[in-house]
Amino acid sequence: MDLLNALVTFLNFVFIPAAAYGAQLALGALGATLVYGILRFSNFAHGETMAFGTAATILLTFGLQALGVTFGPLPTALLALPLGIAATALLVLGTDRAVYRFYRVKRAAPVIYVVASLGVMFIMSAITRFLVGVEDIQFTDGARFVINARDFRDWSGLEEGLALRSTQLITLVVAALAVAALFWFLNRTRTGKSMRAFSDNEDLALLSGINPDRVVAVTWIIVAALTTTAGVLYGLDKSFKAFTYFQLLLPIFAAAVVGGLGNPLGAIAGGFVIAFSEVMVTYAWKQVVAYAVPGDWVPAGLLQLMTTEYKFAVSFAILIIVLLFKPTGLFKGQSV
Amino acid sequence: MIEVHDLHKHFGGFHAVDGASLRIRKGSITGLIGPNGAGKTTLFNVIAGRLPPTSGRVTMAGEDITGLPPHALFHKGLLRTFQIAHEFSSMTVRENLMMVPAAQAGESLWNAWFARGRIRQEEAALRRKADEVLDFLTIAHVADERAGNLSGGQKKLLELGRTMMVDARIVFLDEVGAGVNRTLLNTIADAIVRLNRERGYTFCVIEHDMDFISRICDPVIVMAQGKVLAEGSAQEILRNEAVIEAYLGTGLKNKVPA
Repeated sequence: MDLLNALVTFLNFVFIPAAAYGAQLALGALGATLVYGILRFSNFAHGETMAFGTAATILLTFGLQALGVTFGPLPTALLALPLGIAATALLVLGTDRAVYRFYRVKRAAPVIYVVASLGVMFIMSAITRFLVGVEDIQFTDGARFVINARDFRDWSGLEEGLALRSTQLITLVVAALAVAALFWFLNRTRTGKSMRAFSDNEDLALLSGINPDRVVAVTWIIVAALTTTAGVLYGLDKSFKAFTYFQLLLPIFAAAVVGGLGNPLGAIAGGFVIAFSEVMVTYAWKQVVAYAVPGDWVPAGLLQLMTTEYKFAVSFAILIIVLLFKPTGLFKGQSV
Repeated sequence: MIEVHDLHKHFGGFHAVDGASLRIRKGSITGLIGPNGAGKTTLFNVIAGRLPPTSGRVTMAGEDITGLPPHALFHKGLLRTFQIAHEFSSMTVRENLMMVPAAQAGESLWNAWFARGRIRQEEAALRRKADEVLDFLTIAHVADERAGNLSGGQKKLLELGRTMMVDARIVFLDEVGAGVNRTLLNTIADAIVRLNRERGYTFCVIEHDMDFISRICDPVIVMAQGKVLAEGSAQEILRNEAVIEAYLGTGLKNKVPA
Protein backbone atom coordinates (compact mmCIF):
# COMPACT_ATOMS: atom_id res chain seq x y z
CA MET A 1 0.00 0.00 0.00
CA ASP A 2 1.40 3.32 -1.01
CA LEU A 3 -1.04 6.20 -0.96
CA LEU A 4 1.45 8.84 -2.03
CA ASN A 5 2.28 6.95 -5.20
CA ALA A 6 -1.43 6.41 -5.82
CA LEU A 7 -2.04 10.14 -5.47
CA VAL A 8 0.81 11.06 -7.80
CA THR A 9 -0.42 8.58 -10.40
CA PHE A 10 -3.91 10.02 -10.11
CA LEU A 11 -2.66 13.58 -10.48
CA ASN A 12 -0.41 12.69 -13.37
CA PHE A 13 -2.83 10.68 -15.48
CA VAL A 14 -6.25 11.95 -14.44
CA PHE A 15 -6.32 15.27 -12.66
CA ILE A 16 -3.85 17.35 -14.67
CA PRO A 17 -4.95 16.17 -18.14
CA ALA A 18 -8.63 16.51 -17.20
CA ALA A 19 -8.14 19.98 -15.74
CA ALA A 20 -6.37 21.18 -18.90
CA TYR A 21 -8.98 19.57 -21.15
CA GLY A 22 -11.73 21.00 -18.95
CA ALA A 23 -10.32 24.51 -19.28
CA GLN A 24 -10.27 24.14 -23.07
CA LEU A 25 -13.86 22.88 -23.12
CA ALA A 26 -14.94 25.65 -20.74
CA LEU A 27 -13.58 28.34 -23.08
CA GLY A 28 -15.29 26.67 -26.04
CA ALA A 29 -18.56 26.30 -24.12
CA LEU A 30 -18.44 29.95 -23.03
CA GLY A 31 -18.43 30.97 -26.68
CA ALA A 32 -21.30 28.63 -27.52
CA THR A 33 -23.32 29.79 -24.54
CA LEU A 34 -22.82 33.47 -25.42
CA VAL A 35 -24.07 32.88 -28.95
CA TYR A 36 -27.05 31.02 -27.52
CA GLY A 37 -27.82 33.65 -24.89
CA ILE A 38 -27.51 36.70 -27.08
CA LEU A 39 -28.09 35.58 -30.66
CA ARG A 40 -30.46 32.83 -29.52
CA PHE A 41 -29.36 29.84 -31.53
CA SER A 42 -27.07 26.83 -31.18
CA ASN A 43 -24.14 27.56 -33.44
CA PHE A 44 -23.17 24.36 -35.26
CA ALA A 45 -20.24 26.17 -36.84
CA HIS A 46 -18.67 26.66 -33.41
CA GLY A 47 -16.16 23.80 -33.71
CA GLU A 48 -15.16 24.95 -37.18
CA THR A 49 -14.71 28.51 -35.90
CA MET A 50 -12.26 27.04 -33.40
CA ALA A 51 -10.53 25.15 -36.17
CA PHE A 52 -10.30 28.24 -38.36
CA GLY A 53 -8.92 30.36 -35.54
CA THR A 54 -6.33 27.72 -34.73
CA ALA A 55 -5.38 27.28 -38.39
CA ALA A 56 -4.92 31.03 -38.79
CA THR A 57 -2.80 31.12 -35.64
CA ILE A 58 -0.71 28.17 -36.86
CA LEU A 59 0.04 29.89 -40.17
CA LEU A 60 1.03 33.06 -38.33
CA THR A 61 3.16 31.01 -35.93
CA PHE A 62 5.01 29.40 -38.84
CA GLY A 63 5.47 32.86 -40.29
CA LEU A 64 6.95 34.16 -37.05
CA GLN A 65 9.21 31.13 -36.72
CA ALA A 66 10.43 31.63 -40.30
CA LEU A 67 11.33 35.20 -39.35
CA GLY A 68 13.25 33.80 -36.40
CA VAL A 69 10.88 35.28 -33.81
CA THR A 70 10.26 33.14 -30.74
CA PHE A 71 8.70 33.72 -27.35
CA GLY A 72 11.48 32.38 -25.12
CA PRO A 73 10.30 29.37 -23.13
CA LEU A 74 6.67 30.02 -24.14
CA PRO A 75 5.17 28.72 -27.39
CA THR A 76 5.41 31.16 -30.31
CA ALA A 77 1.70 30.49 -30.95
CA LEU A 78 0.83 32.70 -27.99
CA LEU A 79 2.46 35.62 -29.81
CA ALA A 80 0.46 34.86 -32.92
CA LEU A 81 -2.78 34.38 -30.97
CA PRO A 82 -3.98 38.03 -31.01
CA LEU A 83 -3.63 38.16 -34.79
CA GLY A 84 -5.36 34.80 -35.07
CA ILE A 85 -8.22 36.19 -33.00
CA ALA A 86 -8.43 39.25 -35.25
CA ALA A 87 -8.60 37.05 -38.35
CA THR A 88 -11.34 34.91 -36.77
CA ALA A 89 -13.26 38.01 -35.68
CA LEU A 90 -13.23 39.24 -39.26
CA LEU A 91 -14.48 35.85 -40.46
CA VAL A 92 -17.38 35.62 -37.99
CA LEU A 93 -18.37 39.27 -38.46
CA GLY A 94 -18.34 38.65 -42.21
CA THR A 95 -20.45 35.54 -41.73
CA ASP A 96 -22.90 37.45 -39.58
CA ARG A 97 -23.15 40.16 -42.18
CA ALA A 98 -23.59 37.70 -45.05
CA VAL A 99 -25.79 35.09 -43.39
CA TYR A 100 -27.26 35.68 -39.93
CA ARG A 101 -28.16 39.35 -40.30
CA PHE A 102 -30.58 38.49 -43.08
CA TYR A 103 -32.50 36.21 -40.72
CA ARG A 104 -32.29 38.66 -37.82
CA VAL A 105 -33.99 41.35 -39.89
CA LYS A 106 -36.69 38.84 -40.79
CA ARG A 107 -37.00 37.78 -37.14
CA ALA A 108 -36.58 34.15 -38.22
CA ALA A 109 -37.26 31.22 -35.89
CA PRO A 110 -34.22 29.85 -34.01
CA VAL A 111 -34.30 26.56 -35.91
CA ILE A 112 -33.66 28.44 -39.15
CA TYR A 113 -30.49 29.95 -37.67
CA VAL A 114 -29.39 26.48 -36.58
CA VAL A 115 -29.77 25.10 -40.08
CA ALA A 116 -28.05 28.18 -41.53
CA SER A 117 -25.17 27.64 -39.08
CA LEU A 118 -24.91 24.07 -40.36
CA GLY A 119 -24.26 25.49 -43.83
CA VAL A 120 -21.75 27.94 -42.39
CA MET A 121 -20.05 24.99 -40.68
CA PHE A 122 -19.42 23.24 -44.02
CA ILE A 123 -18.06 26.38 -45.63
CA MET A 124 -15.79 27.17 -42.69
CA SER A 125 -14.48 23.63 -42.54
CA ALA A 126 -13.66 23.83 -46.26
CA ILE A 127 -11.82 27.12 -45.73
CA THR A 128 -9.79 25.63 -42.88
CA ARG A 129 -8.85 22.50 -44.81
CA PHE A 130 -7.95 24.68 -47.77
CA LEU A 131 -5.68 26.79 -45.56
CA VAL A 132 -3.75 24.13 -43.66
CA GLY A 133 -4.88 20.74 -44.96
CA VAL A 134 -6.22 17.74 -43.07
CA GLU A 135 -2.97 16.38 -41.63
CA ASP A 136 -1.94 16.32 -38.01
CA ILE A 137 0.04 19.48 -37.27
CA GLN A 138 2.37 19.99 -34.30
CA PHE A 139 3.07 23.63 -33.62
CA THR A 140 4.28 23.59 -30.03
CA ASP A 141 7.72 24.99 -29.35
CA GLY A 142 9.51 26.43 -26.33
CA ALA A 143 10.04 24.49 -23.10
CA ARG A 144 8.27 21.11 -23.02
CA PHE A 145 7.96 20.60 -19.29
CA VAL A 146 7.45 22.68 -16.20
CA ILE A 147 7.92 19.59 -14.04
CA ASN A 148 9.73 16.68 -15.61
CA ALA A 149 8.75 13.12 -14.56
CA ARG A 150 12.34 12.02 -13.93
CA ASP A 151 13.29 15.16 -12.00
CA PHE A 152 10.21 14.70 -9.87
CA ARG A 153 11.15 11.06 -9.14
CA ASP A 154 14.70 12.04 -8.18
CA TRP A 155 13.45 14.86 -6.01
CA SER A 156 10.67 12.98 -4.21
CA GLY A 157 12.11 9.47 -4.14
CA LEU A 158 8.73 8.07 -5.22
CA GLU A 159 8.38 5.32 -7.84
CA GLU A 160 5.86 7.33 -9.88
CA GLY A 161 6.82 10.48 -11.74
CA LEU A 162 4.70 13.58 -11.97
CA ALA A 163 4.89 15.49 -15.22
CA LEU A 164 3.40 18.90 -15.80
CA ARG A 165 3.75 19.91 -19.42
CA SER A 166 4.18 23.62 -20.04
CA THR A 167 1.19 23.56 -22.42
CA GLN A 168 -1.01 22.28 -19.61
CA LEU A 169 0.08 25.03 -17.26
CA ILE A 170 -0.31 27.63 -20.02
CA THR A 171 -3.79 26.32 -20.75
CA LEU A 172 -4.87 26.72 -17.15
CA VAL A 173 -3.32 30.18 -16.74
CA VAL A 174 -4.61 31.55 -20.05
CA ALA A 175 -8.08 30.11 -19.44
CA ALA A 176 -8.23 31.66 -15.98
CA LEU A 177 -7.19 35.05 -17.37
CA ALA A 178 -9.71 34.85 -20.21
CA VAL A 179 -12.55 33.91 -17.87
CA ALA A 180 -11.66 36.68 -15.41
CA ALA A 181 -11.57 39.22 -18.24
CA LEU A 182 -14.91 38.01 -19.59
CA PHE A 183 -16.67 38.23 -16.23
CA TRP A 184 -15.22 41.64 -15.54
CA PHE A 185 -16.48 42.71 -18.93
CA LEU A 186 -20.00 41.30 -18.49
CA ASN A 187 -20.50 42.58 -14.97
CA ARG A 188 -18.60 45.83 -14.84
CA THR A 189 -18.72 47.49 -18.23
CA ARG A 190 -21.68 49.18 -19.76
CA THR A 191 -21.35 47.17 -22.98
CA GLY A 192 -21.26 43.95 -20.97
CA LYS A 193 -24.37 44.99 -19.10
CA SER A 194 -26.06 45.82 -22.40
CA MET A 195 -25.24 42.29 -23.54
CA ARG A 196 -26.75 40.81 -20.39
CA ALA A 197 -29.81 43.02 -20.78
CA PHE A 198 -30.13 41.95 -24.41
CA SER A 199 -29.91 38.30 -23.40
CA ASP A 200 -32.44 38.79 -20.59
CA ASN A 201 -35.14 40.58 -22.58
CA GLU A 202 -34.48 41.57 -26.16
CA ASP A 203 -37.59 43.72 -26.65
CA LEU A 204 -37.00 45.72 -23.54
CA ALA A 205 -33.31 46.16 -24.36
CA LEU A 206 -34.24 47.67 -27.71
CA LEU A 207 -36.70 50.00 -25.99
CA SER A 208 -33.96 51.06 -23.60
CA GLY A 209 -32.05 52.38 -26.57
CA ILE A 210 -29.55 49.54 -26.76
CA ASN A 211 -28.28 49.20 -30.31
CA PRO A 212 -28.72 45.55 -31.31
CA ASP A 213 -26.16 45.70 -34.13
CA ARG A 214 -23.51 46.79 -31.66
CA VAL A 215 -24.37 44.11 -29.13
CA VAL A 216 -24.29 41.46 -31.85
CA ALA A 217 -20.95 42.68 -33.23
CA VAL A 218 -19.32 42.78 -29.78
CA THR A 219 -20.67 39.30 -29.05
CA TRP A 220 -19.12 37.88 -32.21
CA ILE A 221 -15.76 39.47 -31.45
CA ILE A 222 -15.77 37.97 -27.94
CA VAL A 223 -16.83 34.61 -29.35
CA ALA A 224 -13.97 34.78 -31.86
CA ALA A 225 -11.52 35.50 -29.04
CA LEU A 226 -12.83 32.67 -26.86
CA THR A 227 -12.98 30.03 -29.59
CA THR A 228 -9.59 30.87 -31.05
CA THR A 229 -8.00 30.80 -27.60
CA ALA A 230 -9.70 27.49 -26.80
CA GLY A 231 -8.66 26.01 -30.15
CA VAL A 232 -5.04 27.13 -29.89
CA LEU A 233 -4.74 25.83 -26.32
CA TYR A 234 -6.20 22.49 -27.34
CA GLY A 235 -3.86 22.33 -30.32
CA LEU A 236 -0.82 23.18 -28.19
CA ASP A 237 -1.80 20.59 -25.60
CA LYS A 238 -2.44 17.81 -28.13
CA SER A 239 -2.07 18.64 -31.81
CA PHE A 240 -4.08 20.28 -34.55
CA LYS A 241 -6.21 18.17 -36.84
CA ALA A 242 -9.19 19.72 -38.57
CA PHE A 243 -11.43 16.70 -38.02
CA THR A 244 -10.76 16.57 -34.27
CA TYR A 245 -12.05 20.10 -33.92
CA PHE A 246 -15.25 19.18 -35.68
CA GLN A 247 -15.67 16.39 -33.14
CA LEU A 248 -15.12 18.82 -30.26
CA LEU A 249 -18.51 20.32 -31.03
CA LEU A 250 -20.21 17.55 -29.05
CA PRO A 251 -18.37 17.86 -25.72
CA ILE A 252 -18.53 21.65 -26.02
CA PHE A 253 -22.28 21.66 -26.44
CA ALA A 254 -22.66 19.02 -23.78
CA ALA A 255 -20.71 21.30 -21.43
CA ALA A 256 -22.84 24.34 -22.31
CA VAL A 257 -26.09 22.41 -21.86
CA VAL A 258 -24.99 20.68 -18.67
CA GLY A 259 -24.08 24.05 -17.16
CA GLY A 260 -27.26 25.73 -18.40
CA LEU A 261 -27.34 27.26 -21.88
CA GLY A 262 -26.89 31.01 -21.83
CA ASN A 263 -25.25 30.98 -18.41
CA PRO A 264 -21.49 31.76 -18.54
CA LEU A 265 -20.80 30.38 -15.07
CA GLY A 266 -22.56 27.17 -16.04
CA ALA A 267 -20.46 26.82 -19.19
CA ILE A 268 -17.28 26.75 -17.10
CA ALA A 269 -18.65 24.25 -14.60
CA GLY A 270 -20.02 22.17 -17.48
CA GLY A 271 -16.64 22.12 -19.21
CA PHE A 272 -14.95 20.62 -16.17
CA VAL A 273 -17.78 18.17 -15.48
CA ILE A 274 -17.58 16.80 -19.02
CA ALA A 275 -13.78 16.71 -19.09
CA PHE A 276 -13.42 14.93 -15.74
CA SER A 277 -16.15 12.42 -16.59
CA GLU A 278 -14.58 11.67 -19.96
CA VAL A 279 -11.11 11.14 -18.54
CA MET A 280 -12.21 9.22 -15.45
CA VAL A 281 -14.52 6.86 -17.31
CA THR A 282 -11.94 6.04 -19.96
CA TYR A 283 -8.90 5.82 -17.66
CA ALA A 284 -7.52 2.41 -16.65
CA TRP A 285 -7.43 2.66 -12.86
CA LYS A 286 -5.35 -0.47 -12.25
CA GLN A 287 -2.15 1.38 -11.43
CA VAL A 288 -3.79 3.76 -8.95
CA VAL A 289 -5.64 0.91 -7.23
CA ALA A 290 -2.49 -1.20 -7.13
CA TYR A 291 -0.84 1.50 -5.01
CA ALA A 292 -3.88 2.19 -2.89
CA VAL A 293 -4.82 -1.33 -1.71
CA PRO A 294 -2.82 -4.16 -0.11
CA GLY A 295 -0.91 -6.31 -2.60
CA ASP A 296 -3.15 -9.36 -2.80
CA TRP A 297 -6.30 -7.29 -3.35
CA VAL A 298 -5.08 -5.94 -6.68
CA PRO A 299 -7.46 -7.08 -9.42
CA ALA A 300 -6.23 -8.68 -12.63
CA GLY A 301 -8.27 -6.44 -14.97
CA LEU A 302 -7.40 -2.94 -16.17
CA LEU A 303 -10.29 -1.36 -14.24
CA GLN A 304 -11.19 0.67 -17.30
CA LEU A 305 -14.92 1.34 -17.60
CA MET A 306 -14.74 2.13 -21.30
CA THR A 307 -11.98 2.30 -23.85
CA THR A 308 -11.01 5.76 -25.10
CA GLU A 309 -12.82 5.22 -28.41
CA TYR A 310 -16.02 5.62 -26.46
CA LYS A 311 -15.17 8.93 -24.86
CA PHE A 312 -17.80 10.79 -26.85
CA ALA A 313 -20.42 8.39 -25.51
CA VAL A 314 -19.71 9.88 -22.09
CA SER A 315 -20.65 13.36 -23.30
CA PHE A 316 -23.79 11.95 -24.88
CA ALA A 317 -24.77 10.07 -21.73
CA ILE A 318 -24.30 13.14 -19.51
CA LEU A 319 -26.18 15.28 -22.01
CA ILE A 320 -29.15 12.91 -21.98
CA ILE A 321 -29.19 12.55 -18.21
CA VAL A 322 -29.13 16.31 -17.68
CA LEU A 323 -31.79 16.96 -20.30
CA LEU A 324 -34.02 14.32 -18.69
CA PHE A 325 -33.74 15.46 -15.11
CA LYS A 326 -32.72 19.12 -15.22
CA PRO A 327 -33.38 20.59 -18.67
CA THR A 328 -32.21 24.07 -17.60
CA GLY A 329 -28.81 22.73 -16.56
CA LEU A 330 -26.90 22.71 -13.28
CA PHE A 331 -26.89 26.49 -13.12
CA LYS A 332 -30.17 27.91 -14.24
CA GLY A 333 -29.92 28.68 -17.94
CA GLN A 334 -32.57 29.04 -20.61
CA SER A 335 -34.40 25.79 -21.23
CA VAL A 336 -33.77 24.32 -24.63
CA MET B 1 -46.72 65.37 -32.38
CA ILE B 2 -47.50 61.97 -33.85
CA GLU B 3 -49.49 61.56 -37.00
CA VAL B 4 -50.58 58.22 -38.40
CA HIS B 5 -51.72 58.18 -42.01
CA ASP B 6 -53.84 55.35 -43.36
CA LEU B 7 -51.87 52.67 -41.55
CA HIS B 8 -52.34 49.00 -42.43
CA LYS B 9 -50.85 45.98 -40.70
CA HIS B 10 -51.87 42.61 -42.07
CA PHE B 11 -50.92 39.22 -40.66
CA GLY B 12 -51.62 36.99 -43.65
CA GLY B 13 -55.30 37.50 -44.36
CA PHE B 14 -56.00 39.08 -40.98
CA HIS B 15 -56.12 42.85 -40.99
CA ALA B 16 -55.15 43.82 -37.45
CA VAL B 17 -54.85 47.49 -38.31
CA ASP B 18 -56.96 48.35 -41.32
CA GLY B 19 -56.47 51.91 -42.48
CA ALA B 20 -56.17 53.77 -39.19
CA SER B 21 -55.43 57.49 -39.26
CA LEU B 22 -55.04 59.54 -36.11
CA ARG B 23 -53.18 62.43 -34.52
CA ILE B 24 -51.71 62.74 -31.08
CA ARG B 25 -51.41 66.38 -30.08
CA LYS B 26 -48.25 67.63 -28.42
CA GLY B 27 -48.70 67.92 -24.67
CA SER B 28 -51.88 65.86 -24.56
CA ILE B 29 -52.72 62.68 -22.68
CA THR B 30 -54.51 60.84 -25.41
CA GLY B 31 -56.57 57.80 -24.46
CA LEU B 32 -56.87 54.88 -26.87
CA ILE B 33 -59.76 52.55 -26.15
CA GLY B 34 -61.63 49.85 -27.98
CA PRO B 35 -62.73 46.22 -27.67
CA ASN B 36 -60.18 43.43 -27.44
CA GLY B 37 -58.73 42.73 -30.88
CA ALA B 38 -59.43 46.25 -32.12
CA GLY B 39 -55.77 46.61 -33.14
CA LYS B 40 -54.65 48.99 -30.38
CA THR B 41 -51.54 47.06 -29.35
CA THR B 42 -50.65 46.28 -32.97
CA LEU B 43 -50.89 50.00 -33.70
CA PHE B 44 -48.50 50.64 -30.80
CA ASN B 45 -46.14 47.94 -32.08
CA VAL B 46 -46.05 49.53 -35.53
CA ILE B 47 -45.56 53.08 -34.24
CA ALA B 48 -42.86 51.98 -31.80
CA GLY B 49 -40.95 50.13 -34.53
CA ARG B 50 -41.44 46.60 -33.28
CA LEU B 51 -43.42 45.56 -36.39
CA PRO B 52 -43.03 46.96 -39.89
CA PRO B 53 -46.32 48.32 -41.31
CA THR B 54 -47.87 46.69 -44.37
CA SER B 55 -48.55 50.19 -45.70
CA GLY B 56 -49.11 53.69 -44.41
CA ARG B 57 -46.97 56.32 -42.76
CA VAL B 58 -46.10 57.50 -39.26
CA THR B 59 -44.60 60.93 -38.66
CA MET B 60 -43.30 62.50 -35.48
CA ALA B 61 -43.16 66.28 -35.39
CA GLY B 62 -43.28 66.25 -39.18
CA GLU B 63 -40.43 63.77 -39.55
CA ASP B 64 -41.12 60.39 -41.17
CA ILE B 65 -40.38 57.65 -38.60
CA THR B 66 -42.13 54.75 -40.36
CA GLY B 67 -40.36 51.46 -39.71
CA LEU B 68 -37.47 52.89 -37.68
CA PRO B 69 -36.09 50.32 -35.18
CA PRO B 70 -37.02 50.77 -31.48
CA HIS B 71 -33.56 51.87 -30.34
CA ALA B 72 -33.50 54.63 -32.96
CA LEU B 73 -36.94 55.83 -31.82
CA PHE B 74 -35.72 55.75 -28.23
CA HIS B 75 -33.06 58.28 -29.13
CA LYS B 76 -35.74 60.49 -30.68
CA GLY B 77 -37.61 60.42 -27.37
CA LEU B 78 -40.32 57.93 -28.26
CA LEU B 79 -40.79 55.32 -25.52
CA ARG B 80 -43.34 52.65 -24.77
CA THR B 81 -44.33 50.18 -22.09
CA PHE B 82 -45.75 46.71 -22.58
CA GLN B 83 -49.18 45.31 -21.78
CA ILE B 84 -47.49 42.47 -19.94
CA ALA B 85 -44.74 44.15 -17.99
CA HIS B 86 -41.21 43.46 -19.22
CA GLU B 87 -38.18 43.60 -17.01
CA PHE B 88 -34.55 42.43 -16.93
CA SER B 89 -35.43 39.73 -14.44
CA SER B 90 -31.91 38.85 -13.34
CA MET B 91 -30.97 42.44 -12.51
CA THR B 92 -32.09 44.44 -9.50
CA VAL B 93 -34.80 47.06 -9.77
CA ARG B 94 -32.24 49.86 -9.53
CA GLU B 95 -30.04 48.25 -12.19
CA ASN B 96 -33.10 47.96 -14.42
CA LEU B 97 -33.53 51.71 -14.27
CA MET B 98 -29.82 52.42 -14.62
CA MET B 99 -29.80 50.33 -17.78
CA VAL B 100 -32.00 52.83 -19.58
CA PRO B 101 -30.13 55.98 -20.52
CA ALA B 102 -28.21 54.81 -23.55
CA ALA B 103 -24.91 56.22 -24.79
CA GLN B 104 -23.28 56.52 -21.39
CA ALA B 105 -19.56 56.99 -21.15
CA GLY B 106 -19.15 53.39 -19.94
CA GLU B 107 -20.40 52.11 -23.25
CA SER B 108 -17.16 52.66 -25.06
CA LEU B 109 -14.57 50.02 -24.33
CA TRP B 110 -11.93 52.71 -24.42
CA ASN B 111 -13.57 54.58 -21.57
CA ALA B 112 -14.13 51.37 -19.64
CA TRP B 113 -10.35 51.04 -19.41
CA PHE B 114 -9.08 54.58 -19.44
CA ALA B 115 -11.75 56.90 -18.08
CA ARG B 116 -12.80 55.13 -14.91
CA GLY B 117 -13.38 58.41 -13.05
CA ARG B 118 -15.84 59.76 -15.56
CA ILE B 119 -17.77 56.51 -15.57
CA ARG B 120 -17.94 56.46 -11.81
CA GLN B 121 -19.32 60.01 -11.74
CA GLU B 122 -21.87 59.17 -14.37
CA GLU B 123 -22.92 55.99 -12.58
CA ALA B 124 -23.33 57.91 -9.33
CA ALA B 125 -25.55 60.49 -11.03
CA LEU B 126 -27.59 57.71 -12.62
CA ARG B 127 -27.93 55.99 -9.30
CA ARG B 128 -29.27 59.16 -7.68
CA LYS B 129 -31.71 59.60 -10.52
CA ALA B 130 -32.88 55.99 -10.26
CA ASP B 131 -33.43 56.42 -6.52
CA GLU B 132 -35.46 59.60 -7.12
CA VAL B 133 -37.61 57.77 -9.63
CA LEU B 134 -38.15 54.88 -7.22
CA ASP B 135 -39.15 57.35 -4.50
CA PHE B 136 -41.54 59.08 -6.84
CA LEU B 137 -43.18 55.75 -7.66
CA THR B 138 -43.28 54.66 -4.00
CA ILE B 139 -41.24 51.50 -4.64
CA ALA B 140 -37.93 52.62 -3.13
CA HIS B 141 -38.03 49.72 -0.65
CA VAL B 142 -37.54 47.14 -3.41
CA ALA B 143 -34.58 48.90 -5.08
CA ASP B 144 -32.17 46.01 -4.46
CA GLU B 145 -34.68 43.25 -5.12
CA ARG B 146 -34.30 41.23 -8.31
CA ALA B 147 -36.83 42.67 -10.75
CA GLY B 148 -38.13 39.18 -11.56
CA ASN B 149 -39.43 38.87 -7.99
CA LEU B 150 -41.65 41.97 -8.11
CA SER B 151 -45.43 41.77 -8.09
CA GLY B 152 -47.34 42.51 -11.28
CA GLY B 153 -48.31 45.99 -10.14
CA GLN B 154 -44.79 46.88 -9.07
CA LYS B 155 -43.50 45.76 -12.46
CA LYS B 156 -45.99 48.17 -14.07
CA LEU B 157 -44.56 50.97 -11.94
CA LEU B 158 -41.05 49.93 -12.93
CA GLU B 159 -42.13 50.17 -16.58
CA LEU B 160 -43.31 53.71 -15.96
CA GLY B 161 -40.08 54.39 -14.09
CA ARG B 162 -38.00 53.46 -17.14
CA THR B 163 -39.63 56.25 -19.11
CA MET B 164 -38.70 58.71 -16.34
CA MET B 165 -34.98 57.96 -16.59
CA VAL B 166 -34.64 59.91 -19.83
CA ASP B 167 -36.25 63.02 -21.16
CA ALA B 168 -38.94 61.41 -23.20
CA ARG B 169 -41.04 63.41 -25.61
CA ILE B 170 -43.82 60.92 -26.09
CA VAL B 171 -44.63 57.79 -24.12
CA PHE B 172 -46.96 55.02 -25.21
CA LEU B 173 -48.47 53.18 -22.25
CA ASP B 174 -50.06 49.84 -23.04
CA GLU B 175 -52.63 48.95 -20.36
CA VAL B 176 -50.58 50.46 -17.63
CA GLY B 177 -53.38 49.79 -15.13
CA ALA B 178 -54.14 46.16 -15.98
CA GLY B 179 -53.95 43.95 -12.91
CA VAL B 180 -53.22 46.89 -10.62
CA ASN B 181 -55.32 47.69 -7.56
CA ARG B 182 -57.22 50.97 -7.13
CA THR B 183 -54.73 52.71 -4.85
CA LEU B 184 -51.81 51.88 -7.09
CA LEU B 185 -53.84 52.90 -10.13
CA ASN B 186 -54.35 56.33 -8.56
CA THR B 187 -50.60 56.56 -7.95
CA ILE B 188 -50.00 55.77 -11.60
CA ALA B 189 -52.61 58.30 -12.76
CA ASP B 190 -51.03 60.99 -10.58
CA ALA B 191 -47.58 60.15 -11.90
CA ILE B 192 -48.80 60.42 -15.50
CA VAL B 193 -50.49 63.77 -14.92
CA ARG B 194 -47.46 65.16 -13.10
CA LEU B 195 -45.06 64.01 -15.82
CA ASN B 196 -47.37 65.60 -18.38
CA ARG B 197 -47.58 68.96 -16.57
CA GLU B 198 -44.12 69.26 -15.05
CA ARG B 199 -41.97 67.69 -17.72
CA GLY B 200 -44.16 68.17 -20.76
CA TYR B 201 -44.38 64.49 -21.69
CA THR B 202 -46.99 63.64 -24.29
CA PHE B 203 -48.80 60.40 -23.47
CA CYS B 204 -50.83 57.92 -25.43
CA VAL B 205 -52.56 55.48 -23.11
CA ILE B 206 -54.33 52.21 -23.87
CA GLU B 207 -56.64 51.39 -21.00
CA HIS B 208 -59.91 49.56 -20.36
CA ASP B 209 -60.75 51.33 -17.10
CA MET B 210 -63.18 54.08 -18.15
CA ASP B 211 -62.87 55.94 -14.82
CA PHE B 212 -59.12 56.13 -15.33
CA ILE B 213 -59.58 57.26 -18.93
CA SER B 214 -62.16 59.92 -18.22
CA ARG B 215 -60.12 61.22 -15.30
CA ILE B 216 -56.85 61.89 -17.11
CA CYS B 217 -57.34 61.58 -20.88
CA ASP B 218 -58.33 64.23 -23.34
CA PRO B 219 -58.97 63.52 -26.13
CA VAL B 220 -60.03 59.86 -26.30
CA ILE B 221 -59.72 57.88 -29.52
CA VAL B 222 -61.86 54.78 -30.01
CA MET B 223 -60.69 51.95 -32.27
CA ALA B 224 -62.71 49.01 -33.53
CA GLN B 225 -61.79 46.39 -36.12
CA GLY B 226 -58.53 48.09 -37.02
CA LYS B 227 -60.09 51.47 -37.75
CA VAL B 228 -60.63 54.67 -35.79
CA LEU B 229 -64.29 54.75 -34.84
CA ALA B 230 -64.57 58.05 -32.99
CA GLU B 231 -62.57 60.78 -31.33
CA GLY B 232 -63.54 63.38 -28.76
CA SER B 233 -63.52 64.26 -25.09
CA ALA B 234 -64.30 61.49 -22.62
CA GLN B 235 -67.84 62.86 -22.12
CA GLU B 236 -68.56 62.90 -25.84
CA ILE B 237 -67.24 59.37 -26.20
CA LEU B 238 -69.40 58.08 -23.37
CA ARG B 239 -72.49 59.39 -25.14
CA ASN B 240 -71.50 58.29 -28.65
CA GLU B 241 -74.00 55.69 -29.95
CA ALA B 242 -71.51 53.90 -32.19
CA VAL B 243 -69.01 53.58 -29.35
CA ILE B 244 -71.65 52.23 -26.97
CA GLU B 245 -72.59 49.68 -29.60
CA ALA B 246 -69.01 48.55 -30.31
CA TYR B 247 -67.34 48.79 -26.95
CA LEU B 248 -69.01 50.17 -23.89
CA GLY B 249 -72.06 47.97 -24.26
CA THR B 250 -75.60 49.01 -23.66
CA GLY B 251 -75.69 47.72 -20.13
CA LEU B 252 -79.15 47.13 -18.76
CA LYS B 253 -80.91 48.61 -21.77
CA ASN B 254 -80.95 45.30 -23.65
CA LYS B 255 -82.29 43.39 -20.70
CA VAL B 256 -85.42 45.47 -20.48
CA PRO B 257 -88.08 43.73 -22.59
CA ALA B 258 -89.31 45.96 -25.36
